[in-house]
Amino acid sequence: MAGIWVHGEIARDGSLTKLSTEAATLARSIAADGAREVTGVVIGAEPAAAAEALAEFVPRVLALTEPMTADHAAGMIVAQRLATLVAERQPDVILIGAGPEGRDLAGALSALTGLGVLANATAVRATSDGPVATHSVFGGKLITESALVSGNGIITVRPNSVTAEPAGTAGSVEVVAAAGDLAQPAVPIVERLPAESKAASIDDARIIVAGGRGVGGPEGFGLISDLAAALGGAVGATRAAVDSGWIPYSQQIGQTGKIVKPQLYLAMGISGAIQHKVGMQTASTIVAVNRDPDAPIADFADMIVIGDLVEVGQALLAELRARSG
Amino acid sequence: MRIVVLTKPVPDPASGGERLGPDGRLDRANSPAVVNGNDEYVLEKALKLIEAAGEGEVILLTMAPATAPETMRKALAMGATRGVLVSDPALAGSDTVATARVLAAALSTLSFDLVFAGVDTSDGTAGVVAPGVAALAGLPFLSYAATIEPDAAAQTVRVRRITADGFEVLEAPMPAIISGTQALGEPRYPSLKGIMAARSKEITTLSLADIGIEPSAVGVDGATTKVTDWRAPAPRGATEVVREAPDEAAKRIVTLLAERRII
Ligand SMILES: Cc1cc2nc3c(=O)[nH]c(=O)nc-3n(C[C@H](O)[C@H](O)[C@H](O)COP(=O)(O)OP(=O)(O)OC[C@H]3O[C@@H](n4cnc5c(N)ncnc54)[C@H](O)[C@@H]3O)c2cc1C
Ligand SMILES: Nc1ncnc2c1ncn2[C@@H]1O[C@H](COP(=O)(O)O)[C@@H](O)[C@H]1O
Repeated sequence: MAGIWVHGEIARDGSLTKLSTEAATLARSIAADGAREVTGVVIGAEPAAAAEALAEFVPRVLALTEPMTADHAAGMIVAQRLATLVAERQPDVILIGAGPEGRDLAGALSALTGLGVLANATAVRATSDGPVATHSVFGGKLITESALVSGNGIITVRPNSVTAEPAGTAGSVEVVAAAGDLAQPAVPIVERLPAESKAASIDDARIIVAGGRGVGGPEGFGLISDLAAALGGAVGATRAAVDSGWIPYSQQIGQTGKIVKPQLYLAMGISGAIQHKVGMQTASTIVAVNRDPDAPIADFADMIVIGDLVEVGQALLAELRARSG
Repeated sequence: MRIVVLTKPVPDPASGGERLGPDGRLDRANSPAVVNGNDEYVLEKALKLIEAAGEGEVILLTMAPATAPETMRKALAMGATRGVLVSDPALAGSDTVATARVLAAALSTLSFDLVFAGVDTSDGTAGVVAPGVAALAGLPFLSYAATIEPDAAAQTVRVRRITADGFEVLEAPMPAIISGTQALGEPRYPSLKGIMAARSKEITTLSLADIGIEPSAVGVDGATTKVTDWRAPAPRGATEVVREAPDEAAKRIVTLLAERRII
């Protein structure tokens, strides 16, 4: 059995993404019966650093240098190289992070190989018929389990579903050569632009302080940022706040924004509409400040403070600052 | 310019009525359908581009059961020119592999400059169909678009792609396939005139035979994945309601966070 593969995604600075360390930890856990090998695969212009990092998690890593990804959209290129390796070596299952890069890769790889995709798994367990993935669907209203009909295929892993843990003993890195032409059109990156704001990323944040329409304007987000800073967290927002231009789209949480899973979600002036809820309902602790006791968020928060968000927010800021001395 | 927009009817996330039938597939009878949220954003962008160009067509391409025209009319009411629906009894239970194959095959029967898709759907959130279609069609793929700027004279398109640390500006010759996000802009509400006009807009239905796909390759028979079980998520605990004055309320929050070792 060729076993379980995990794709190691290379971040802009050449490092391995956190999501890939989570997927690698998951790959190990489903191979824990010992019957299957776990192999990491890193493909890119400079795969070495990420491959070394992935070897902290899995016993063996294949590193393939593909110069094209330096200045071309990576997903389709990596998919073609990976498809060739898959055809040669026939892994049973390929785990890929369900972030933007991983979804592009998984979709293209699936089409090129005909392998099915279990998308956005929050957990995966091994069975004698192959892996079974758990998913949260319909915006969290339902948990489903699904399997690969042939036992073989691709599984994309939702961010923050697994706590990454290195293996203890470092694995080996094997350099493999790229074979064959890239048949798909390559799309050049003509320029790179920085993000619109210096706001900390919400993707992996342990604490998120989020503001909604109730914040009232861009100035109101000053208090939200102060609270986030005092708690060591990142600033999130609803679509209402983003559509109003108070904060960039990169900070939006929900159905057409990001899905987050922080330890603490502090919701300030957020009603808790279903499209927002789907992005934050798995937060460990949800605290809401809202002047409306009947806001939908009251139904799923751990604590709701009924009151004005500026008054409560300032009091909380003072309390937090007093605590930290 | 001609833009094809891949639109999927999905159960309305706001309805709360989504559930699975005994076969583990969506119980459509209980879930009123709407156009997938991300597909509305790319549709809006397509309409704006055609309006700015002063000529052209926006064609909806949907793979769905025969009831789909009801949902497609909503997108036609926003201003799309016409619709193409691939519908066939053999498609029931199709997975993402089959969906990408069917959409790619249907695209090969159309002529276009650009194809737009949403980055993902609200019901499954797979986010894999658009790159799959691109790979099968052999067209340049530009994903996670925050902006889309075609240059009709040069026959190229530029996209600002959202990444973890900013944007990549991508450029490709047309035709190309682009997946887009909410950053493209708020979708319009259909006007009364638009709703009236949509009633008589053309929706062409294609069968699997029309696009040259074997029934056994799609649907339940061709599926590579299967739903094996489902359950309601564990309920969250009770909500603590705090009505004290701000200073006292702030202390209560801090106590909770300290108890849970968050601070
Ligand atoms: C296709 C589609 C996709 C969507 N995707 C998303 C998404 O990804 N993310 C998202 O967030 N939304 C999304 N939405 C929008 C969603 O439906 C809601 O409109 C949005 O979440 C509401 O944001 P809000 O809670 O900030 O505003 P509101 O619903 O207006 O709520 C504001 C809340 O603030 C409270 N408030 C006001 N002033 C104060 C004050 N001074 N002190 C305390 N409380 C106060 C009010 O009581 C109210 O509860 C989407 C909608 C659609 C149709
Ligand atoms: N059945 C379908 N018909 C038309 N377009 C679809 C269909 N399924 C997926 N798409 C397109 O592919 C995008 C991503 O879907 P998914 O990969 O299923 O999350 C959607 O936003 C649509 O643009």
